[in-house]
Amino acid sequence: MENTEKRRQELEKYFDAKGPFGLLRVSQMKRAWKQTNRRELNFWENTYLPMLFSGIYLTSKHFFYNVTFHILHLFGLRKDIKGAVTYQYPEMPRPLASRLRTRHRLTKREDGSPRCVACMMCETVCPARCIEITAAEHPDPNIEKYPAEFILDLGKCVYCGFCVEVCPEDAIRMDTGKLEIAEYSRESMIYNKKRLMDE
Amino acid sequence: MSDILIKFILSAGTLFIMFNIAGLLTWVERKQSAVMQDRIGANRASILGFKAMGMFHALADVMKMLSKEEFIPEGANSFLFNLAPYLSVTFALVGFAAIPIGGELILNGHSIQLQAANLNIALIFIFAAMSMGVYGVVLAGFSSNNNYAFLGGMRGAAQMIAYEITMGAAIMGVIMVFNTLDLQALDVAQGAYMFGGWLPKWGVFVQPIAFFLFLTAATAETKRTPFDLPEGESEIIGYFVEYSGMKFGMFFLADLVETVLVAALMTTLFFGGWQVPYLHADGFYFPWGAHIAMTNLPVVILGVLSFFVKVAFFIWVLMAVRWTLPRFRYDQLMNLGWKILLPISLINIAVTAIVITLLG
Ligand code: SF4
Ligand code: SF4
Repeated sequence: MENTEKRRQELEKYFDAKGPFGLLRVSQMKRAWKQTNRRELNFWENTYLPMLFSGIYLTSKHFFYNVTFHILHLFGLRKDIKGAVTYQYPEMPRPLASRLRTRHRLTKREDGSPRCVACMMCETVCPARCIEITAAEHPDPNIEKYPAEFILDLGKCVYCGFCVEVCPEDAIRMDTGKLEIAEYSRESMIYNKKRLMDE
Repeated sequence: MSDILIKFILSAGTLFIMFNIAGLLTWVERKQSAVMQDRIGANRASILGFKAMGMFHALADVMKMLSKEEFIPEGANSFLFNLAPYLSVTFALVGFAAIPIGGELILNGHSIQLQAANLNIALIFIFAAMSMGVYGVVLAGFSSNNNYAFLGGMRGAAQMIAYEITMGAAIMGVIMVFNTLDLQALDVAQGAYMFGGWLPKWGVFVQPIAFFLFLTAATAETKRTPFDLPEGESEIIGYFVEYSGMKFGMFFLADLVETVLVAALMTTLFFGGWQVPYLHADGFYFPWGAHIAMTNLPVVILGVLSFFVKVAFFIWVLMAVRWTLPRFRYDQLMNLGWKILLPISLINIAVTAIVITLLG
């Protein structure tokens, strides 16, 4: 109860410091919005006019700024300043952050066989249950097991990255930088060991 | 005979120009909104690798709409359902007949007014046409047998009534000042000057309040954001929810044609129509005494150019408003129309009348 009273006093402090025409400044409006305490609009706000003009001013500023640079670009000038913030996606992909989780791959040993020792940690931790490993005995007694088949269903994967975190051998990674994994059928979303190692 | 031919050429030309401007507006709208929002906008449609800055998207849209299935919902009144889009487009287009796009052209001793229909009640004609346009909306909403379309139609009717009155009352001031209903005569009258010949006697300078009222009411008349309650794309989709194919396209076109019509009306009523500042029938007379003599033809061409430049500017303003403001809530819309705009417009009429009487 006391807390609410304190907030009210704080709010009134904001409302007292008004901008031109008795309008709230934008920062004040944001604060007022956060505290979800509505009040009656004053006369100028009721006419919508100041907000209308400030809105048109903002959008026209963007319009003329961008148009100027679009026209300059037509003549090959000032290409260093962009007229639009968008990326023309298929031709011009966005740069990816290095820690972004993208499609999985199985890392290899020096002889080209998978590093995976079929410990089943990733299969156990996977929240979407999309990994299915068939283990087999490795001829090298130091390694014990290897995955005869490693199935990863990308149609189910939620890209949580737990499988990468949990792997004791650094055998599975999500660093291929491949995001376009769209396919025409569910079956082709299921990746086997070969695809995970080579594609 | 030649009179009829001239009329025919004039009306065909006006129709052709206005249709093309309206078609081009689909491109303008996409590009302007994109540039305002730091985007690039539609730029993929290409003919043989030639993209023309995305202008072919308008063509692609038309082709898509023409080849889509025309669907008439079960239980709809198919006659009214089919009639509605035609009403919308037709009444949006006939308004242009009475708008003067240029001054008096003298050709081989003939005097031609560059106005498709030389009506002495042009203003009333245009307002009648614009009011009839709402029948398209209402009929579409009522004949679709769909509750959402019905809601859209009702909102459309309520909004039109609220704003039509304001619009009519707003231009009363202009009519009183210039003392005519003939738009060509109105444009000629706006060629006078005030303050020792410096300020042209345009409607916006003698009736500034009427201009803002008219701008608001006319935006509401075009049914575009912030007054797009009949459409209400996010909640009821609007009176054309059941329309598909080119019939939907016609409603879309009617919106754009109305935008052009409103821009042309604002130019004609408040910004001197085809008047160029300081340009008289025989050349420029600047207020500091300079004079550039000109013959009739370049004067008329300058006038037509000035008309279209002004129209383009107002289209830009309407688009900027449309892509800046969010939609009004329904009660705010009605409050604005009935409680704010209408009283102001009535006061404006009274004050204008008093001032005119006092000035004699
Ligand atoms: S990223 Fe998550 S969901 Fe996908 S395979 Fe790894 S653990 Fe399973
Ligand atoms: S956690 Fe690593 S080593 Fe273990 S099965 Fe998965 S990929 Fe193979």
